[in-house]
Amino acid sequence: MNRMTWFNAVSLTLGFAFLYIPMVILVIFSFNESKLVTVWAGFSTKWYGELLQNDAFLNAAWVTLKVAVFSSTMATVLGTIAAYVLVRGGRFMGRTLFSGMIYAPLVMPEVITGLSLLLLFIGIGLDRGVLTIVLAHTTFSMCYVSVVVSSRLVSFDRSLEEAALDLGCSPAEAFRLVTLPIIAPAVISGWLLAFTLSLDDLVIASFTSGPSATTLPIKIFSAVRLGVSPEINALSTIMISIVTVGVITASLVTKHQVARQKREEQAAVRA
Amino acid sequence: MIHFQNVTKRFGEFTAIDNLTIDIYEREFYALLGPSGCGKTTLMRMLAGFETPTEGKIFLAGQDIAPVPPNKRAVNMMFQSYALFPHLSIWENIAFGLKREGMPKHDINDRVEEMLRLTRLEKFARRKPHQISGGQRQRVALARSLAKAPKLLLLDEPLGALDKKLRQDTQFELMDIQEKTGTTFVIVTHDQEEAMTVASRVAVMDHGKIVQVATPDRIYETPNSVYVADFIGDVNLIEGTVRPNGGGSYAMSWREGQPPLNVQSGNEFSDGQKAHLAIRPEKVSISAEKPAAADNAVQGRILDIAYLGNISTYHVELPTGAVIKAQSANTRRIARRDFTWEDSVWLSWTATAGVLLAE
Repeated sequence: MNRMTWFNAVSLTLGFAFLYIPMVILVIFSFNESKLVTVWAGFSTKWYGELLQNDAFLNAAWVTLKVAVFSSTMATVLGTIAAYVLVRGGRFMGRTLFSGMIYAPLVMPEVITGLSLLLLFIGIGLDRGVLTIVLAHTTFSMCYVSVVVSSRLVSFDRSLEEAALDLGCSPAEAFRLVTLPIIAPAVISGWLLAFTLSLDDLVIASFTSGPSATTLPIKIFSAVRLGVSPEINALSTIMISIVTVGVITASLVTKHQVARQKREEQAAVRA
Repeated sequence: MIHFQNVTKRFGEFTAIDNLTIDIYEREFYALLGPSGCGKTTLMRMLAGFETPTEGKIFLAGQDIAPVPPNKRAVNMMFQSYALFPHLSIWENIAFGLKREGMPKHDINDRVEEMLRLTRLEKFARRKPHQISGGQRQRVALARSLAKAPKLLLLDEPLGALDKKLRQDTQFELMDIQEKTGTTFVIVTHDQEEAMTVASRVAVMDHGKIVQVATPDRIYETPNSVYVADFIGDVNLIEGTVRPNGGGSYAMSWREGQPPLNVQSGNEFSDGQKAHLAIRPEKVSISAEKPAAADNAVQGRILDIAYLGNISTYHVELPTGAVIKAQSANTRRIARRDFTWEDSVWLSWTATAGVLLAE
């Protein structure tokens, strides 16, 4: 066991301070009475109240949520299919090219992705709105999903599918009854990844959104250009707490599952 | 019941199965035995439907099975890795194939219960595969593949992952189950002892070809080639040239200055033909004095003794430098053993003890 020396203690404090001081300040000032963001004038929750009255923000939040749910769901379906074909499709013409191309958007600068999508939508005469943002988000988050799912599929024992076929499943049934339930954790985490990517995307959304639909990150960004208001602090605090609760829940669930599995395995050994 | 007709399977440049023709009969326990890479697993996967032959045809009960997909074949397979579905309980694993068949619910219940009884797994029905031991998993895999009452059951190295004691018990269980269900079993293995124990017929394979198909005792006693003799069990191979003495009797001269060996052989050899004498160590007796009435006797010096508990194998070096292995049962306690290292001994065997092979 390593002892906690003064050096370790100091580096730990410095590191975490560097990471979290900005967020802590934001949270503190969201409870500020004053309208001035940098002057403390006593505790208040009035900005949260005002936030609920602000239709523009609520609208943007609603749009963001819709976009995130739709795009991550579509990205998960498409990404899983792509991963399945690339891992299982055997050798077909251009397989290496395709698997390289799946990863390319991961390293492509977002500005370029956004710009090219914008040009495409203008070219085919698609009005920019919720639909275009959904399509754009699906496009880039699909790659992340397929990376996550294909890494699970690579370690997937092929003979499980063969066993399903052997026992009378058609290939589609084998996928639905055996493959999908087993890779489900990877698919779910792919979905969550796509969801969060869509939730906080600013660059691509700003290229593909129109006057009819604005997402929350765009709203916050444009509001800040006019000056930081305590309302934004309140909104950000809410987002921070949602993410925190989500992450903690997910890790607790995983921990619980691991513990249960261990208990069961020990019970099996004893039996 | 199964007929392979001139089947060839190539993977690119590599020929896994080379123009092979075999028959497997109903209710038979058929073992495909060979070193890894000899094509035995490919042969089995073609029966299951996961590979298609490049050339030739496979008939199951008179029907060409090439166009039949795996899920429509009355063939089930027990996988080497068991391939149990980790997200389903033992009960659901066994019921999986029956549900696909659309069997009524209470029939499924009865059948699964029957399978659980057969494989003595009643207590574990509600467990998940990761909650049971390796031996139990292996029985689940067997129960699952038997549940649909297939005409033919394929077993791919089924006992590879078990330790020796458990493997022996399971081998007898397998034979028992095969007799009870009357299913045709085809087992793939590289373990010759396993093949000899369970199978009614053994096919020895090498490089995509069948070298010999026979009952275990015939494979052991009368191998048709040096390859089979060497692959199955322990063997002494003596090379020499033969001279027929009439009536199936041959004199084999094998070393300068040594008297020729007397051999009885069913195989015909011409005068001066090169041949190998394959003789099992347990058929060579060892003694201190020269036996009076032995067909063949040679003198040598004990080089090494391998003590295996029930038997001992003596490695005896002849004056010519050749080493011959002789085995004898340890009927007396080890302290009373007659021979020790460096002792001069006589090895002897009868004319019919060995097999004369051309190659």
